Parts: sequence; C-alpha cells; structure tokens
Amino acid sequence: MKISMTVNGQQHTDEVEPRLLLVHYLREVLGLKATNIGCDTTSCGACTVIVDGLSVKSCTVLAAQAEGATVTTLEGLAGPDGELHPMQKAFREEHGLQCGFCTPGMVMAAIGVLADNPDPTDREVREGLEGNLCRCTGYHNIVRAVRAAAQAGPAAGQVPQSQETAR
Amino acid sequence: MIPGAFEYVRAQSVEEAIEALVEHGDDAKLLAGGHSLLPLMKLRLAMPGVLVDISRIPELSYVRVDGDGDAAEVVIGAGTRHFELEKDEIARAEVPILPYVAGQVGDRQVRHRGTLGGTVAHSDPASDLPTALLALGGSVVVQGPGGRRSIPMTEFWLGFYETALAEDEVIVEVRVPRTGSAGWGYEKFTRRANDWPIVAAAAVEGRVAVANMAGAVVRATATEEALARGASLEEAAALADEGTSPSSDMHADPEYRRHLARLLTRRALEGASRVGAAAG
Repeated sequence: MKISMTVNGQQHTDEVEPRLLLVHYLREVLGLKATNIGCDTTSCGACTVIVDGLSVKSCTVLAAQAEGATVTTLEGLAGPDGELHPMQKAFREEHGLQCGFCTPGMVMAAIGVLADNPDPTDREVREGLEGNLCRCTGYHNIVRAVRAAAQAGPAAGQVPQSQETAR
Repeated sequence: MIPGAFEYVRAQSVEEAIEALVEHGDDAKLLAGGHSLLPLMKLRLAMPGVLVDISRIPELSYVRVDGDGDAAEVVIGAGTRHFELEKDEIARAEVPILPYVAGQVGDRQVRHRGTLGGTVAHSDPASDLPTALLALGGSVVVQGPGGRRSIPMTEFWLGFYETALAEDEVIVEVRVPRTGSAGWGYEKFTRRANDWPIVAAAAVEGRVAVANMAGAVVRATATEEALARGASLEEAAALADEGTSPSSDMHADPEYRRHLARLLTRRALEGASRVGAAAG
C-alpha cells in the first residue's frame, strides 16, 4: 500500500507492506536510525517519536496508521545550522545519559512532558517519563536535564516542524 | 518482531467498518489505538487476515451528557483516547472516576494511542477502565448490520479476551450514570510504574468491581450486599474476594491476590467515603 507522511519537515511517499511498523519505516525505509528499538513490546520507550504533537511508541504503531501525519524524530530537533534543541542541550549539559541507548526516546518523551507541564517538579518528571526505561539507571541526571530544559523556556516543550505543541 | 501479513482497510464510518466485518467474518479484526492488538499480533497470538482501522472515524470521539437529573448519563465515544478522557472537563465534573482511571492506564505514550472502545473490547481481566466502568454500571452501545443494541455493563465481559460483542459489531459508545460529586475510589497494585495491576479495585456509590480476580473483571457482589445492609466498610471489604477465582502467576499466587482484593477494596471504599464527605 502507498503511504504519505511528513517526517522532520520533509514529505515522504512510499510503497510499504501494511504490517510495516512505524519504527521500521523510519529506520529502514527513511534511514533515520536515531530512533532505537529496545524492548519491542511497548514497555521501554526507546522508540518514542512525536506523531501529530503526541509522543508515541513507534514499535506499536503501523506505518499505515501514520498516513498523513506529521512525525518528528530526534533527527528533526536540531536547527538547520546544527543548533541543538533546548532539550538536547539540557541532556548534554546535565549529562542526562550514560550509554545513550534510551536517550532519543527520553528526549522525545521529555519534550512531551514539558508541553503538558512547562515547569514540572522532580516527581512530575519521573511520572511523565514512566514509559521510558534507562537500563543504566541514570534517571537522576535525566530528571535534572528535563528540569533544566524547562528553565530554558517554552521552546523546550515544542518540536520545530510542527506548529502544534507536543504533548 | 513483525506482525503476520494482513490486508489493511481504513474505514471512514461505522457503517463501512461493519461492512468490512460482514465481508471478512472472523478473519477480520478492528484496529483503533492498536496497543492491545498489535502486541498480540507481533507474538502471533492473533493473526487476523484483515485489519479494519477505525481510528480515523471522527464521530466516535466525544464525551457528552445525555438527559437530566437522576436519569442523566455520561456518554463517551468508543474512539476517545485515554489521554482525552483523562483531560476531559465534562468527564471530570460528571463522572470523575473515569478521567482519574484513564490517567492510570499504562504510560503517557500508551494513553496517547489507546482508546476506550479498545480496552472495553479487549477484555483483559487486569484492565483499569473496564474495572471502573463495571463499578459505575451503565451500558455498552454496539452497532451491527441490524442497527444498534445496548449491552448492560454487567453482561459485557464474559471471560479472558471474551465479550458479548458479536463478530460483525462495532462498539460505538459507553453510557454510564452521572455520579457528579458522589464519592469514588480506585486502587491498583503494581510492581513497576507502568505495569498492569496485579489486582485493582474500583468503588463508586456502593458498587465495587475488582480486576484480575477472575477471567474477566467482576463485581464484588458480597461486598456490595454487605454495604447495602449497613455493614462497616471494613466488614464489607473483607468479603471482596468471595466468589472470585484468581489465577497464579509469577507476580502473585491466588491467596495473595485474595488478600490484595480485600485490602484494595477497603482502601477504595475509604477513598470513596472521603471524596464523598469532602464533596458533600
């Protein structure tokens, strides 16, 4: 079947099998490999991307279900000049990562958390990220990074390609 | 993991979805958020030949109040996603247990996809929202080739992954009594933050339902009868596991589940009496 969607500001149309998962479409058809496949069972959140302003686990969405949607992956966050998104900056500055495998999903989910709640407490950040697991257990600095990003202003809760606010 | 091959049909209306179900019979499954069905398909526990995507049908997503006074019902479209129900102002004012419980489902990303109709149709005995709906009472409205019919909440969930929904029917909406400021409580016990409940209990206006204590969500009728005859919350809650048949798995044996059912029911009833007292 033919599907079309906007990914990181670019329109794509491809012929795919209906059973193709969104995460496989992003990684293997479009070559956007920042989005990781972790548990593959909707548990770990490593595959989190933003679809029409909402964070979703792309291992449990068919590419066909994203027909017509606006999708943002980690690759779509930085500006054209390479300037990092405020959430990326905060993860770097606060060392919100250890091995880095969960990081793309964490960053995308964290943007959604701030979109809903621009100045969350530690507890609210932890609850907001309950769907994202860090096997290094590096949660303290992740929480610190999200709170630092919140201080950087509303852009930390927005994705650049979509005029909609992420959630 | 990749699901088995299937044909994909996007329905633009409930009627189109029913036509596809009639045409393909038991080879077809409805797809909405897909957060129960796609994991089953990835594990080959479900291998439908046709998926009928109903997630783009706009007229399935709404929350409204129907009727006046004591007869008023809150009506929720089957396509309403958990995060929409969680934030819905009408639901928060008229039937506050539902938005609260919607916020307890899975995690944020899951709540962005999962739908009320999907969790109702799936009939997992550990589901949060069906437990709350069963405690509320009311009905599930379904539509088939012959039109609509209403199935009482108490007759909808028949067993593990088994409901009163026929193969050619689509869940259209759920209707529950408006509870307004009446007390309610919901308690779930999980081992990890975004897990399914090992056991959960919902209480609202003297009605109690428990999750994961049988093949489907069930009412704690002995507790309800005790409350009706004026027993204390503690006495009534001590009967919450009566008539249940909890299973054994790596998380809990049946005796532990029975203990949790009694404990969580007591907490839910206490929560309900506190919320009720605060509002009254």
